This record gives sequence, C-alpha cells and structure tokens, in this order.
Amino acid sequence: MLLEVRDLQVEFHTREGVARAVNGVTYSVAAGETLAVLGESGSGKSVTAQAIMGILDSPPGRISGGEVLFKGRDLLRLKEDQRRRIRGAEMAMIFQDALSSLNPVLTVGNQLGEMFIVHRGMNRGRARSEAVGLMDRVRIPAAKERVDDYPHQFSGGMRQRIMIAMALALEPDLIIADEPTTALDVTVQAQVMDLLAELRRELDMGLILITHDLGVVADVADRIAVMYAGRIVESAPVHDIYRAPAHPYTRGLLESIPRLDQKGRELYAIKGLPPNLLRIPPGCAFNPRCPMAQDICRTEVPPLFDAGEGRRSACFFWKETRDG
Amino acid sequence: MAEPATAGVAPAAPAAEPVLEVRDLVKHFPLTRGVLFRKQVGAVQAVDGVSFDLAPGETLGIVGESGCGKSTVAKMLVNLERPTSGVIRYKGEDITRLSGRALKAVRRNIQMVFQDPYTSLNPRMTVGDIIGEPYEIHPEVAPKGDRRRRVRELLDVVGLNPEYINRYPHQFSGGQRQRIGIARGLALQPEIIVADEPVSALDVSVQAQVINLMEKLQSEFGLSYLFIAHDLSIVRHISDRVGVMYLGRLAEIGSDEEIYDHPTHPYTQALLSAVPLPDPTARERRDRIILSGDVPSPANPPSGCRFRTRCWKARERCAVEVPELAVPEVFRGDGGPATHPSACHFAAERRTVPTATEPDEGE
Repeated sequence: MLLEVRDLQVEFHTREGVARAVNGVTYSVAAGETLAVLGESGSGKSVTAQAIMGILDSPPGRISGGEVLFKGRDLLRLKEDQRRRIRGAEMAMIFQDALSSLNPVLTVGNQLGEMFIVHRGMNRGRARSEAVGLMDRVRIPAAKERVDDYPHQFSGGMRQRIMIAMALALEPDLIIADEPTTALDVTVQAQVMDLLAELRRELDMGLILITHDLGVVADVADRIAVMYAGRIVESAPVHDIYRAPAHPYTRGLLESIPRLDQKGRELYAIKGLPPNLLRIPPGCAFNPRCPMAQDICRTEVPPLFDAGEGRRSACFFWKETRDG
Repeated sequence: MAEPATAGVAPAAPAAEPVLEVRDLVKHFPLTRGVLFRKQVGAVQAVDGVSFDLAPGETLGIVGESGCGKSTVAKMLVNLERPTSGVIRYKGEDITRLSGRALKAVRRNIQMVFQDPYTSLNPRMTVGDIIGEPYEIHPEVAPKGDRRRRVRELLDVVGLNPEYINRYPHQFSGGQRQRIGIARGLALQPEIIVADEPVSALDVSVQAQVINLMEKLQSEFGLSYLFIAHDLSIVRHISDRVGVMYLGRLAEIGSDEEIYDHPTHPYTQALLSAVPLPDPTARERRDRIILSGDVPSPANPPSGCRFRTRCWKARERCAVEVPELAVPEVFRGDGGPATHPSACHFAAERRTVPTATEPDEGE
C-alpha cells in the first residue's frame, strides 16, 4: 500500500473550545489508484490532507493521534527536515485556488524551476528548460514564450495547469488534489480533470481527490471515502456506492442532487445542518439528521463495519440501507 | 423570441402575456485611460443584445460560464445597473425610461436574491431589520405597526423560527442566511424574483432544502423566477425554460427538454457534455466535447459569432455574419423539439448528455 492513514485525529484549539475536526480517519491508497474523499465543508477532508502532507497550521491545529504510513514509514514520527525532503519529491499537493497558491512576484518559470534547483541541485539554466518541458507537458500553449510570465498573466484554467505542473515536477508517487477544479468553469474543469487523469495514468501515481462534487467523483475515482463530521462514514468502490449506498448520509447526498439527464420530482433534502465540531452529537454524528436513527444511534458510536467486497460503512443499519 | 408556430412545439413558451419582456439589452462598461484627462479607449461588452420573455409563474433559467454576462443581465433587471441600450418592459412599460416615483413602484415588483448569503446581509442589523427594511422604502406595503408581524410571518414562510427575529446574521448557517435573503426578497410581495446563483455557495445537502423552498414559494405566491446559475443540473431541475449565454449573448433558448435533450448550438452541446454526471456507468456512454482554449475577453470579442474561436464547426461565414437567435432554417416547420431558437449558422441536433439508465438496467 502506498499510503495508509490509520485512526488519524486532529483537533483545533479555539477560544470556544476544542474543535474535533478529524476523529479517527482510516483510509488507504494504492499506487495507480484514485481515491476520492467526498464531504461537505467542515467534514475534515481537507484537514486530513493537510495532516498527511505535514502542512497543518499548528497551532491552532494539533494531530492528537493516529498514524500516516507512507511506503511503510510513519510520517508523523519523522523530523521536519525529513518530511520536507518527501514533500514535493515523493508526495505533492494541488490546491483549489491557484492564484493564491502561486507566488505573484515570481515568474512561473522561476517557481517551476525552483523545484529542480532545491530538490535536484540543478543550475538555473537547466532548471529553466525543465520548467519549459513541464509547461509543455501540461499543454500550456507556447510554453517557451510564456515561461517568463507571471501568474496573473494566465487564465484560471492555465494557472491550474501550472499548479499541476508544479506538483508533477519531481514525479511524486502520490498526489493530493484538494478541490482542484472547484473554482473553474465546467468546460475548463473538464480540460483540467482530463489532463490530471491522463498524467496520473502515465506516471502511475496514487491520487487522492478531495471534492464535494458527486459528478467529478463518478467520473474519475476508483474508490470513494465519504466523510462526515471528521469521520469516514462509508468507503467503497465507485460503482457500488452509486448503485447502492450503504450509509444514510451517502444515500441522502445522492438523492439530493438534481439530474442533468432527466427532470426529477421534488428533491430529497437531508434535514437539518452539519454539526458544530465543538459539539458533535453523541453516538453517530449523523443521527439528528438521519431518517433511520434508532436509540442505539444516539448512544453508541458506530464502528466502520465490514460490508464485504471492499466496502465499509459506519452505520448500524448498513444492510438495511444498502438493500432498502 | 420566436412566436410558437404550432401548438405543442414549445410547451413552456409563454402563452399568457409576459410579465417581463427584454429586448436587445446591451451593457458596455467603458474602458478609460488617463487620470486627469480620461478618455475612453474601449468597452467591455458584458451584455450585447439579449432578448427574452418571462411569463407569469414561469421560471426562466440562465446558464453560462463566468464572464458570460448573466449577472449583469440580472443587475439591469433590478436596476442596479443602467443598460447602455435596449428595452426592459414590465407589463408593457419600458422600465429603463422610468424614474422617480414610477420607477420605485415598478422596482417593488422585481426583487433580487443574491449569491453570497455571507456578504449580502448587513452584519450589524438584526434579521427583523434586514427583512423589514424594504418597508422603510415602500411604507405603503405595510403600515409601521404591522411590520414586526409581517416579518415573523415571512420567517415562518421561509422555514425559520419567527422567534429568531432579533438575532444577527452571524448566528445563522449559510442555508439559513439564504432563507433570510429570500424572505427579504419576498417582503414586498413582488411578482418577479431575480435569483443570481442563489445556492452555489451552499453545501449539497443544504442546496436541496433551498431549491425546494423556492419551488414551494413559487407555487404559493405565483412568482416568476429568473434563475441564474452555472450549475446546469440545478437549472434543469427548477426551470421551465432555459437560456444559454456565451460572451454577452444568448446562444440558445428553449424548454428544458429542448435545451438538455435536443441542443442544436455547439456551445450548449459542449457545455452539457462537460458536466460530470453522478453516475460512474456514464463514463463509457458519454459523448464528450473538450473545448480548446479559453473564453475570449469581452473587451475584444471575436467578430461574427462569438463562439467561433473555440468552435469545431466554424467556417468563414461565422467570422463575418453574426448569427441571430432564431429557429434555424433547417428546423423550421419540423415541429420537433429541435425547433427552438439557436444562434448558429450550422445548427444541428446532437445530444451530449447520456440518456438516463433505468434503475434495473446494467447489473
């Protein structure tokens, strides 16, 4: 296994109390696999990724438990300079907002080339030609002429390509993409997702795709992990989860989105709101919003049940949900 | 807007007198140079000749990507922007020529719901003051003594606890704030609500709640909606008719079925094909059109058809002749669902959304 996250816990210490953003997340990614981590805002999907990358803002964030095994080594036990060597070279991240992730006062060529100077010890000239090669690879037209341009001179879609180029520069084994296309228009999103999927295949990388978009997931993922209130509530191969979700939250999400291919009836709406992380409800965090909740759901935290065929669900009634 | 030639051609085409008629609406924002001696050096052609009708009780969806001008259209309808030229007729009266009291009376009937529930509510005002503020401007709607009661009623209508009347916006979640924005929009009992991306800032599970609320309110109060969004699935769900905008112009307009299942404009086809479907089995069945390049700048739009620089069908004619928004000649008299206005010289039907599978199909 390329990456194994085991029982990861992250807390944020705020003035109002301790927000438990990640409460025991367990997932894994194999080489060449695309895992989609699906969740709404505040579900902990991005915080988990930041903990894996070692870029969690700390304080206020604090990893309070768990392991992040990357190629067998627990990253949480490494020293910062060891982690820095892994970051970029072996695992890299693509962020949602390319404009604020790129340095506005450095040319694109400089920023791309820096990867080669720092990690590979190349001189400026060679780093620059590597940068041009990368820009070609992510299909930025006229890369040679544009290598000395600044980020603001590129369109949103092109900037996102530059982000991808930067992540791929050192051909890492794992890419974490956090909502990489959320800020983009749908036709540009299609271009960027296509490019990302193609490069992932070419380099046989593992990809963690963090998103809230059930369409994007269905389009590119091999497996899905659905997060709610800092926990994985369901994980399964992509086809299974869309055909027969085994957690009421997943099912609610799937039923609440309107369809492009037909005019539906009234949308199913999950009642209520996601919980405040300072006050996560006892038992199953989803129980106040769940149509299937019983007494046990209000008192006991459901473990991740093995639902067979590589599926897991944190619902006492996963069987009824899946078959219902 | 073409008149429906035969019955049943355009099922949702306004049969009743439209409440709103928009004709050749144009908004150019001047580009100036110089500080002391400003001179105009060009114009951003944000909206460049948009026409449509809105029938009573109807929802017209406007879709398009960022910069296509859809929000500028919305702002002109509620008089937040003055059109450069063109006509907006509300019940036959051109509101772009009105001013003073007459304008105020009309504006009461066209209200707006904004995209961002975080910045469109004044953080220093209570919910009661926010929802009741329209009555300060239009005191004839509700006498002073009656306002609190009205506001409570409105809170109840949008599904919020009337006891929350003294709370502040920050005490509410995003979905609840959008309900507050909707309540404010309803306060003056308007006939038309212009909603600009009303759910795009909300989480998926909350989006459905707000969409359902808007549909309920529409049937309860007989509202007409102009629903602007970039999410094509949501627009299909809520709209009777849909207009597709590209770079300041309408590319195609028709009933939801005509646009989604029988699009004839290449841009609509590409746009629809790019939407990822929440169905992994659709991966193999889809007819995907990946457009090359980016949207050109509205300050310097291409001649002729504005989509031609990214269109795989473009020929010489497209560069010289602006295609008008009308039923294309090939489909005239056809009477089928492809018979709807489409601004393309080479319009042809091509379905790019995979057909829905029946639940029992597949494995």
